[in-house]
Amino acid sequence: MMWSWIPSNWSEILSLTRANAFLGIVSPLIGLAISLPLGVVAARWRWFYPPTLVVVNVIYAIPSLALFIVLIPAFGLTDTPVVIGLTVFSLCVILPNVVAGLRGVPASVKQAATAMGYGPLRRLLTVELPLATPVIIAGLRVGVVSSISLASVGQIIGVSSLGYLFIDGLQRSFPTEIYVGLFCVIVLALICDLILVGIRRALTPWASGRNRAVRPRPRWVLSAQPAAPGAGARP
Amino acid sequence: MSFFSYAWDWVTTDANWHGPGSIPQQLVAHLGYSGLPLLLAALIAVPAGVLIGHTGRGAVFVVNVANAWRAIPTLGLLILLAVYFGFTLFTWLIPLVVLAIPPILVNVYEGVAGVDPGVKDAAKGMGMTPWQQVVKVEVPIALPLILVGLRTGAIFVVATATIAAYIGLGGLGRFIIDGLANTQYGPVAGGALLVVILALLVLGLFSLLSRLLVPAGLRGAGRDNQ
Repeated sequence: MMWSWIPSNWSEILSLTRANAFLGIVSPLIGLAISLPLGVVAARWRWFYPPTLVVVNVIYAIPSLALFIVLIPAFGLTDTPVVIGLTVFSLCVILPNVVAGLRGVPASVKQAATAMGYGPLRRLLTVELPLATPVIIAGLRVGVVSSISLASVGQIIGVSSLGYLFIDGLQRSFPTEIYVGLFCVIVLALICDLILVGIRRALTPWASGRNRAVRPRPRWVLSAQPAAPGAGARP
Repeated sequence: MSFFSYAWDWVTTDANWHGPGSIPQQLVAHLGYSGLPLLLAALIAVPAGVLIGHTGRGAVFVVNVANAWRAIPTLGLLILLAVYFGFTLFTWLIPLVVLAIPPILVNVYEGVAGVDPGVKDAAKGMGMTPWQQVVKVEVPIALPLILVGLRTGAIFVVATATIAAYIGLGGLGRFIIDGLANTQYGPVAGGALLVVILALLVLGLFSLLSRLLVPAGLRGAGRDNQ
């Protein structure tokens, strides 16, 4: 470990971290934006979900490097193949959670909202989505953490990210650079994860304290249903 | 030219199917580089997951490890080991085994821990020994999730073995990495296509396995989850 390397390359580390953060955060957010309407449709019309889930499972099995390469001819050697690839993978872990979250809203709560005169849209926006928020954010956390880690693979096809520190470190046989890259990726992922936990707490104040103990066991932890179909990290 | 025309031209070129480093050889190599770590990871993670799920001890640890696991960039880890030890068997085998363990472990644990307590009580009440309870009741009921874990692990090793070509591992990733180094898109696209096909075959294999292995009485059970 050569500590002096860090301050002398500080600006480069910072800009690579920024590029990695951009890829790893924007993609799951786009994935979330697509998952929400899809999830609402899938929760409402049940026949829509099983075929969608098959597609999601199939896409999720594609190795990230291969998917980035598939997208190169259409989008060029820019950030776009990586952003699209990570968006698709995030979609695969977020969508099942949106559906599970919406389906998990108790029927009695929905009936109460209807009885109070809520129309379908108002009920969705002010009752069902807020109640589904913890499960949706659980999916988003998985999407963000794995996208940040996966963005580094994009460096193999030349898309700038913290993966540069790995590849440059290998070419120069310089472990310090690789340690810094690993550290930045993991810390960036953990910080984003913590921010999302904070957002969840802020959005669902009723789920804090005593009530949290009675929440069902989080089955979404890792690829366990009803959440992500095969959600592991995507190398 | 689109991705598929590049990939198709390369895959259908006769010369790529013969000699050292040809498609069949790298395909077999890729299967080996994926199968061996998956087997080792399963041998460690399945018994450990069953034990943790059965006893309930260490559950918090498992869940936390599984969450932290996603944040580890596999490319960085492989490269770090390659820089220290050069390209050896352990440079690629150990990270692949270690990183394939969490998805298997968590799913096996979740499956076994999630068995209905009433069913467990019934098994005990019928006079089953703890061993029989685990082998005859808990594992068969957990089988759908155990297979999900093995499938996730399998998908993971196939993908990571592709990336490990960067540090010198053979397999289909060779075509991609060498093609990129020589700026030839043909082998890159062809290699990517073959990797995708292999991943889909793995997926198909597991869907077949779950049809063959999951007890008939449980087949509906996994469905509302899937």
